[in-house]
Amino acid sequence: MSPSVKVEHLFKSFGNTVALDDITFEVQPGELFGFIGPDGSGKTTLFRILTTLLIPGSGSAEIEGLDVVKDFRKIRDFLGYMPGRFSLYQDLTVEENLKFFAGIFKTTPEANYELVKEIYSQIEPFKNRRAGKLSGGMKQKLALSCALIHKPKVLILDEPTTGVDAVSRREFWEMLARLKKIGITILVSTPYMDEASRCDRVALIQGGKLLSIDAPGKVILGFDQPLWAVKTDNIYNLLTDLRRFEATRTVFLFGQYAHVTMKGKLVSGDPITQYLESKGHKQIEVHKTEPTIEDCFMELMK
Amino acid sequence: MKGFIIKEFYHIFRDLRSMLILFGMPVVQVLLFGFAISNEVKNAPIAILDHSNDYVTRQISSKLLSSGFFIASDAVVDESHIPEIFRKGKVKEIIVFESNFARNLEKDHEAHIQLLADASDPNTANLIVNYTNAIINNYQQEYFAGLSLPVEITTETQMLYNPGLKSVFMFVPGIITILLMLISAMMTSISIAREKEMGTMEVLLVSPLRPMQIIAGKVLPYVILSFINAVTILMMSYFIFGMPVKGSLLLLLAESILFIVMALSLGIFISTVSNSQQMAMMLSMFALMLPTILLSGFIFPIENMPMALQILSNIMPPRWFIIIIKAIMLKGLGLQYIWKETLIIAGMTLFFIGLSVKKFKIRLE
Repeated sequence: MSPSVKVEHLFKSFGNTVALDDITFEVQPGELFGFIGPDGSGKTTLFRILTTLLIPGSGSAEIEGLDVVKDFRKIRDFLGYMPGRFSLYQDLTVEENLKFFAGIFKTTPEANYELVKEIYSQIEPFKNRRAGKLSGGMKQKLALSCALIHKPKVLILDEPTTGVDAVSRREFWEMLARLKKIGITILVSTPYMDEASRCDRVALIQGGKLLSIDAPGKVILGFDQPLWAVKTDNIYNLLTDLRRFEATRTVFLFGQYAHVTMKGKLVSGDPITQYLESKGHKQIEVHKTEPTIEDCFMELMK
Repeated sequence: MKGFIIKEFYHIFRDLRSMLILFGMPVVQVLLFGFAISNEVKNAPIAILDHSNDYVTRQISSKLLSSGFFIASDAVVDESHIPEIFRKGKVKEIIVFESNFARNLEKDHEAHIQLLADASDPNTANLIVNYTNAIINNYQQEYFAGLSLPVEITTETQMLYNPGLKSVFMFVPGIITILLMLISAMMTSISIAREKEMGTMEVLLVSPLRPMQIIAGKVLPYVILSFINAVTILMMSYFIFGMPVKGSLLLLLAESILFIVMALSLGIFISTVSNSQQMAMMLSMFALMLPTILLSGFIFPIENMPMALQILSNIMPPRWFIIIIKAIMLKGLGLQYIWKETLIIAGMTLFFIGLSVKKFKIRLE
C-alpha cells in the first residue's frame, strides 16, 4: 500500500532561521500520526507545507501521491485542515459556520452529516450561538466539524488541544480514534507529551529536526535507565538539591514527584534518601518507577 | 459562491462599526457638507460708517442689509475704532461713505465708498466685497435709470448650469465620489485583511476556492451596498438640496456602478499588500482619502495646480468620476460627451482587478 503522506529530506528556512532541517517520514493510510514538540520546533511550518500553504525550501512532500507544490489544487479538494488558532468566523453562528465551510467545498452539512454527527451533536444545542461566544472545547469541536464536513481523505490538525480543558481534550482524542477507524489519515501536532500515547506512531520534533519516530510503546521500551520517583516536604528545594547532587544524571518534575536518573547503576534508593536527609528534607519518599512516554521525550530532548 | 456572499452580509450586518460607516457616514456627510460647510455668504456681520447720512447712503445701507447676505453689527462711531473692531473679529466688512455723499453724486456725478474687509479668510473677504459691489452697482443703475449717459457698457452675466451659484452643486458630486471611494475601498480591504488576521484565510486557501471566487465573493456584497448608498446620497441631494439630475438617471447609476467596482478593485488591491486590518485602514485613508479630496478637483480646481500635480491628478480615479457626475447631473450630457472619462475608469478597473488577481496569494508566502 502506498503511503498517504510521504516526506523526503524536507528543508525550510525563513531568512537565517532554519525551521525544518532534513525531515523524512511516511504516514500510512488510516494512521493516527502525532508530532510532539515544544513551541517553535517547526510543527506548524511542516503542517503548512503539507497543506500546500508554504513551499518547501528543498526536498519533497506528497499527499496521496500528489506533490504539494505542483498538484496543490488537487490536494486542496480532499484535505481537511484545522489551523492552530480555531479559524472560525466569530460573528457567525455555529450552524452558519458549518454551512459556510461545507459550501466552499461544494457540499452541504446534510450530505456528510453522518461523519460529523457524533461531534456536532454535542454542540448542536448551541447552533444559534455565535462562534466567538463558545468555550474553548466547543470551538474546537466546531472547528473539527468544519474541517471534516467535506469528508477529507487526510486530516491535518495543528495543536487542536491547545487552550482546551482536560475533559474536552480526552473527548477529542476519542473522536480522532473513531475517525481513524473509518480510514481517515490523521496528522496531529501537540505540545502535550501525555497525548502521545494516543497515537499509532509519534514523531518527536525539536529545533526543526525529527528526533525519533516510533510507536508510543516502543519509545518507552527504548528507555534503558532505572528511574526513581522522589518526593519530600519541600518540592522547590528538592529540585535544586537534587540537581546539585553529584550522582544525579537528570531531574525532571512530574506532578508531585521528581523523576531522577542516576549516574552508574543504583540498586536501592538509599543514597538519595541519605543525601536528602543531610540537606534537611523531611517525609522523604524514594521508589523505583516505570518510565512514561514523557520521561522518554525528556531523555531524547536532553 | 452564494454561501460566501451570504456570509459576507452577515459580517457586515452584525458589526455595528461597519454599519455605521456604511449607512451613518453618508447621511452625516451629505448633511454636513450641504448645510454646515458652505462657501456662500449668508448673514455676514458688517458695519457701516456713514459720514454723510443722507437719503442716498441710507438707501444703499438698507439695500445692503435687506439683501440677506449681511446683518448690521454695532455701528462704527469713528475711524479710530476700525482696527480695533476688526481685531475683535466682530465684523467681516466695514463700509465707509464719504461726507456729502448725495450732494457729490448730484453735483459731480461722483461719490466715494470705501470697503474694508477682513481678509484673514481671503475667500470670504473676496465674496463679501463682490456681493457689496454688486448691490451698489445695482443701486447705481436704478439711480441713473432716468438719466441717459453718453457712453455705456453693460455686462449681462448668466451663470450656466448653476444659476444660484449653490455650493451644494459643487459638493454633492465630490461627496458621492469620496464616499463611494472610501466605503468601497476601505471596507473591502479591511474585510479581506480581517480574514488574514483571524486565520480564516488559511482555511479558505486550503479549499477548492479559486482566487477569483474569493475576490468576487468579497466584492459583490459591497457593490450592492455601495450602490444603495449612492442612490441614498442622490435622493438626499435631490430632495433636500434641490440638486437637479438633468441627464439620464440610468446613465448616472450605471456610471456609479462602474466607479464602485473600480473602488472595490482598488480595495482588493490594497488588501493584497496589507496583512492587518490596521494597515489596510491606514492605506485606504492616506493613500485614497487625501488625494481624492485634494487632487480630484473637488475642492481645488485642477487648472490652478502646479504642473506636476496636474499630471498627478490624471491618475486619480475620482477626478474623472467628478467630471462624469457634473456632466450628467448639471449639464444633462449623454454618454457621447463622457465616453472618454468612462473609458478611463473602466481601464483603471480592469487594471486593478488584473493586478489583484495576479497579486492574490494562493499560499501564505
